[in-house]
Amino acid sequence: MPKRTLILVLLLAPALLWLLLLIIVPHLELALLSLRERVAPHEYRASLMQYQTFFREPLYWQVFVRTAIVSAVATALTLLVAFPIAWVITKLAGARAGGVLFLVCLIPFWVSETVRSLGWLILLRESGVLPALLVRLGLTPVPVEMLYHDATILVGLVYTSLLFMVVPLVNTLESLDNALIEAAYNLGASGFSILRRIVIPHAAPGITAGCIVVFMLTLGNYLTPTLLGGKNSQWFTELIYTQFIVRFNWEQGAAFGFLLLALSTAIVALGLRLSGQRFVDVMRRA
Amino acid sequence: MIASLPRPLWLRTTTMLYIGAFLIFLFLPLLTVAVFAFNDADYPAPPWHGFTLDWFFGNGSRGRVGLFHDSELLGSIWTSVVVATWVTGLSVLIGSANAFLMERYRFPGKQALTVLMLLPLVVPGVILGISILAFFSRIAQLGDALFGWELDFLRPGLPLVVLGQFSYIVTIATLLISARLKRFDLSLEEAALNLGASHAAVLRTITLPYLRPALLGSAAISFLMSFENFNTTLMLVGADAPLTVAMYGRMREGASPVLNAVSLFLMTASALLALAVMRRERQPA
Repeated sequence: MPKRTLILVLLLAPALLWLLLLIIVPHLELALLSLRERVAPHEYRASLMQYQTFFREPLYWQVFVRTAIVSAVATALTLLVAFPIAWVITKLAGARAGGVLFLVCLIPFWVSETVRSLGWLILLRESGVLPALLVRLGLTPVPVEMLYHDATILVGLVYTSLLFMVVPLVNTLESLDNALIEAAYNLGASGFSILRRIVIPHAAPGITAGCIVVFMLTLGNYLTPTLLGGKNSQWFTELIYTQFIVRFNWEQGAAFGFLLLALSTAIVALGLRLSGQRFVDVMRRA
Repeated sequence: MIASLPRPLWLRTTTMLYIGAFLIFLFLPLLTVAVFAFNDADYPAPPWHGFTLDWFFGNGSRGRVGLFHDSELLGSIWTSVVVATWVTGLSVLIGSANAFLMERYRFPGKQALTVLMLLPLVVPGVILGISILAFFSRIAQLGDALFGWELDFLRPGLPLVVLGQFSYIVTIATLLISARLKRFDLSLEEAALNLGASHAAVLRTITLPYLRPALLGSAAISFLMSFENFNTTLMLVGADAPLTVAMYGRMREGASPVLNAVSLFLMTASALLALAVMRRERQPA
């Protein structure tokens, strides 16, 4: 064998081992698990029961739909919060101030999500900092419980996701030529039409990349919804954990896992289709 | 509107207010965590009862066990360090191999492999966890049933946690190292080869030094991502819990300022790591 081929084989081996043993085959195993049903101890037969249970049991699909909707709302909110900041970083602040602000946006990412959630817990719970502040300001007579609402989960999710939106937005906005905006302004365009006809079309790839990544991460999040959300606001990943680890019902858990994966993949595909981009480019950008 | 165009006063004021609010939003949770690590009360909540270092150094004599006497938390920090070290080593090593593979070689199926390598980033961490759990349990069962092997390392525990985290962190390492390798000027290698250097010498004295910033950067990122990972770890963890899982367990039981102390410790460690990375990046390569 020529030397170059030998090296190629040596370099291919770890990549193939990684992808086969840790990604592809485990997912096939998961698919097989989800497509069987236990009829007696150590006896299984192929069936679609796990998926039927999901559609028959209102709790399951309701949690699924809720998770999807809250994730979509969180993604939209993250975009709304992040866009002005990305704009300030790239177009308003000077190179130095913009750089500092950008670094500042990265800071929460360096701190573990557990720590960030702990911060929100201390801030928002009934005996926490913000309710005490509201009483002190005379806005509420007694401390109010600010945890365990959907809005609380949203705050936590947006906080955690910001970075993944700001980075692709900054990258695309940086390449937008200021002369285009100046020209439009000189021709009498309003701020809104500049945004709609110049900025958004140019930033579309960054917006899509950010939204895809944020939606995916939010959908698969576990910590923030379980810690900040209440009993009534279960997240779909919690159901997977319960089936797999608590009840040891791996077949059902595997089916839930595939449903989550299907939703996540569908959204990624939809985002790519809508913006006409390739998967590989989007991931590189994000 | 951009800086070179006139902006009305109200717009400038709103922008400044927005930036201010945004900064408060970013730092309030982290500041709160840090401040309450020093509150002289048994519960991390207002009001302020005075300054104490009990939550770091308390030895149980006043009913307070501080971080540096809490063997469970210290043990979990150590567990996280061990796991993160393995994940970092594996990810940088195999990430480099992948980078050379993708940037320097042509082979059938390369397109498909590129897509496959990115896939772990779009699979939710929980699902990476359960699929690896299910697959390795199956192998352990088969080994036991067919050959009577005790393959305990394939049961939930640290080896699986390392594999689970590695399965997607290596993608990130690959991307970071590839990005730098792509910009490498091949004529440097050719010149060295023309001058009679062996391939190994070229790799050691030219290519690897050039890649060093990317290798160090991806090592730092891998270490951090492993240390912070929760979703995948939760599904694969055995008896020894890494720090994030241990903290989560404590937080569900109820809050104690010792968690603030751990958090502050973590923040300081990450900040030092970040500073070290940035200092290195500033130095001319």
